[in-house]
Amino acid sequence: MLDIFEILGPVMVGPSSSHTAGAVRIGRMARTLLGAAPVRADIGLHGSFADTGQGHGTDRALVAGLLGMKPDDLGIPESFAIAANQGLEFRFHTVRLRDAHPNTAVLAVESAAGRKLVLQAASTGGGRIRVNRLDGVEVSFTGNFNTLVVRHQDVAGELARILNELSVCGVNIANMSLCRDRRGGAAMTVAETDQRIPREVLARIRTLYGVLGVTYYEKEED
Amino acid sequence: MALDSMEEIFDKARTEQKPFWQVVRDTDVEERQVTAEASFEKMRAAWRAMLESVDTYRAERRSVSGLVGGDAQKMWDYAARAESFCGPYLQEVIATALCVAESNACMNRIVAAPTAGSCGVLPAVLVPLFRRGSVDERQIVQALYVAAGIGAVIGYRASISGAAGGCQAEIGSAAAMAAGALTALRGGTAEQIGHAVAMALKNLMGLVCDPVAGLVEIPCVKRNVIGAVDAVSAADMALAGIESRVPVDQVIDCMGDVGRRLPVEFRETALGGLAATPFGQSVRERLEKTRQTTAGAAE
Ligand code: SF4
Repeated sequence: MLDIFEILGPVMVGPSSSHTAGAVRIGRMARTLLGAAPVRADIGLHGSFADTGQGHGTDRALVAGLLGMKPDDLGIPESFAIAANQGLEFRFHTVRLRDAHPNTAVLAVESAAGRKLVLQAASTGGGRIRVNRLDGVEVSFTGNFNTLVVRHQDVAGELARILNELSVCGVNIANMSLCRDRRGGAAMTVAETDQRIPREVLARIRTLYGVLGVTYYEKEED
Repeated sequence: MALDSMEEIFDKARTEQKPFWQVVRDTDVEERQVTAEASFEKMRAAWRAMLESVDTYRAERRSVSGLVGGDAQKMWDYAARAESFCGPYLQEVIATALCVAESNACMNRIVAAPTAGSCGVLPAVLVPLFRRGSVDERQIVQALYVAAGIGAVIGYRASISGAAGGCQAEIGSAAAMAAGALTALRGGTAEQIGHAVAMALKNLMGLVCDPVAGLVEIPCVKRNVIGAVDAVSAADMALAGIESRVPVDQVIDCMGDVGRRLPVEFRETALGGLAATPFGQSVRERLEKTRQTTAGAAE
């Protein structure tokens, strides 16, 4: 069944739910997963995002999201100026991806502390999004749930250790995936959860053997 | 209960002796596991955002292409100095549809209903009624549940996206939602709401999605007007006791079927219809040129 507030909503800055509202969410997802305010962003636009993105304010929407704005923020049209004030440098270019959704963006972002993240995400309609790639590893999540992303070494038992931490604090998993770029290399576990994950649990997962990094996206409030 | 058909909502309204809007609200309460109050407040917030989208209209704003903006003000000015063919309510409906749709094109804040492109239809029929005091906020919020329930059924059985089903799926669905909302506001029965939906949808059947240069501007802004006027006429017919001969769920399924069979040129690709006219192409070329120059300047 469709959520009736996806029919009457979202409340958003126009003109297009996929090209504007979805683009804001993609930018915001990149910022959240980076875990800090980006100071540099290299943004590749694919397909219809490249063709009609400027007319739909997709460029300004992505930057607005990187600044932490939500789809209903009236600052979205002014985001370029706000970015200049807050010291976010960005550039846009066109990319051609194979087998990607027509409304796809690839964001390479960097924080002041030098932390880097590359995220590929698509705006799939009605303002919904799906993250398809993180730091080169294939993933699939939407931001409709609280989302835990753990980068870890590809070693036996890692997944069980992570799940154990979640289960002892009563967090239920709605969807989950584990992918790696090559055997024995870096792997990525993504868990979408019904409940929020407490800070101390995130901290514990961070210290697990083999874990390289933990990022956490908390679902947008209603 | 899953809002999969209008028939299902009628049944539920009948067996549980509930009005249409309450069936939809109860479904939301169940689906999202929230209280009835929380659900109602969320819908009220959507309504207030709609009102705000009308109040913050500024006639001097222009869209990215520079081609959209200011028409709502023209309609209001005209209505103030001459007697329109439409009369007091409908002239307000037209101006409000333009105003919200223009606001969307000019990056103001709107409520997608069901999409951003068709965001003007519902406020167009509701805000003028609210302003003249013929209905209060509670009644409006209830009417919005009716609209949302109708949209959910259409989205499930057919489509509410121009890329999937053409403009009939966006403006047509918005018109159907608005027609049902209006019928409910005047105390229409669940079945009358169904007839209003069926008639509104039938009368925009086959409408193609053909946005000039791929932007939600031309013809989108003015299509919101026909959606709203279609809704008003369908609601009045239903309230007069006029019935759709084709049952409403069959009309919805048919819209979905027509949408799937529309050539891809007429489904938001900007390759056919008004987008493919010499004018439409000239707009696209002009915008592409400015894009290249700004991109060059940025590098
Ligand atoms: S023409 Fe296409 S983009 Fe414009 S309102 Fe209709 S469905 Fe939406």
